[in-house]
Amino acid sequence: MAKLKLALYWAAGCGGCDVAVLDINEKIVDVAEIADIVLWPIALDFKYHHIEAMEDKAIDVCLFNGAVRNSEQERMARLLRAKSKVLVAFGSCACFGGIPALGNFTDRAEIFQRAYVEAPSNDNRDGTLPQIQTKVKEGELELPEFFDTVLTLAQVVDVEYFMPGCPPPTDLILKVVDALATGQLPPPGAVIASDKTLCDECERAKEEKKISKIYRPHEIIPDPQRCLLEQGIICCGPATRGGCGLRCIKTNMPCRGCFGPPMGVLDQGAKLVSAIASIYQTNSEEEVARMVEEIVDPAGTFYRFGLAASMLRRKRMQGVTHEEDHH
Amino acid sequence: MSFEPKIISFLCNWCSYAGADLAGTSRVKYAPNVRVVRVMCSGRVDPMFVVKAFQSGADGVLICGCHPGDCHYSEGNHKAARRIPLLKRMLAQLGIEDERVRLEWVSASEGDRFASIVNEMTEQIKGLGPFSPNGGG
Repeated sequence: MAKLKLALYWAAGCGGCDVAVLDINEKIVDVAEIADIVLWPIALDFKYHHIEAMEDKAIDVCLFNGAVRNSEQERMARLLRAKSKVLVAFGSCACFGGIPALGNFTDRAEIFQRAYVEAPSNDNRDGTLPQIQTKVKEGELELPEFFDTVLTLAQVVDVEYFMPGCPPPTDLILKVVDALATGQLPPPGAVIASDKTLCDECERAKEEKKISKIYRPHEIIPDPQRCLLEQGIICCGPATRGGCGLRCIKTNMPCRGCFGPPMGVLDQGAKLVSAIASIYQTNSEEEVARMVEEIVDPAGTFYRFGLAASMLRRKRMQGVTHEEDHH
Repeated sequence: MSFEPKIISFLCNWCSYAGADLAGTSRVKYAPNVRVVRVMCSGRVDPMFVVKAFQSGADGVLICGCHPGDCHYSEGNHKAARRIPLLKRMLAQLGIEDERVRLEWVSASEGDRFASIVNEMTEQIKGLGPFSPNGGG
């Protein structure tokens, strides 16, 4: 059998997904046996023009990690889509926007102001901001355009498979490697994870869910045997897809929702509102108001990994006539 | 043309829908901006419905249920009373003004009250202007 051509690309993400690929340890040798890597910016020196020179669909599988937050990433998403038979949204950022999509609570102008003007580590007295084009005496320099809105990969191009996780766990990566090796791929559109919720897979003792105070993880040491929600810690398990191997739960930390919404749930944040508020043990308006206030950042907590893929996608931009058509 | 808000309202089958019905049969005049969806209980209103309404072009969402203590299913309206405040706080972070989501108790005999809630909410949302997700873009 001819070797598979494999591409790995890193867009708006932290790089952890690339490291996760290496976390399969010696199995990486198996990958090298079945596949030739044609693009992997973190590890190998291939250039974009090498990909551009390829015929369409010349790449068998592309694992694309990171969200799309600038024009370079968008261009690479379109290019890799054209050149790949199978495009996999690899990791929570590519699937749902991930942590970078928390930027959708703000916009380009605010981010530039903070990052380049206000940040105390800056010395930017001229208030220089990144420009798409800059004229210097040697010619014109170009930077990618920074978008107001972080997009998921599937909001830019068609995607065959979704592999959630921050980062995707090793066993799921190996599952995909095995599927590639044997040619037994799931139907397009499949999410390579569990079809159940995290709670469904969680082994902790669950009793009646009634809470009267919300604790942040650093405020108490939770009982490692009992459901974290029942102990008053916001755990995203009820509205998060399982299959992660309970990585956080096993270290006595609550689920943060990186596997995205389970099957049939269109909006992870709204579903978490439902799940959390329903177990408040009070009928008094004042008590409800107190508990609502105890959640420090509801939107950031419930949409921690999923804002770009949520129904509203971002904080509303007021009075903006928008030059980009990415919505 | 002046802005006519679209308000999606979820009315519980047992009290509020009957209250709205009474407003109709009593020929109480109220703003025609409200689109009624009958649900069995205000506790059935998944916060996802509210977000979906905004995503689909609503300018406001009104949820009405039985007065506390009167729920046909004993607890449903209490569940709504816990969920909607948390939802509103989250929606505020997404740029949705407080007046665009409203939870009210309307009994089967409160046709007038239903009408005045709808009128008031319609006026408030007229003042806010249209809701467009991702702001006009």
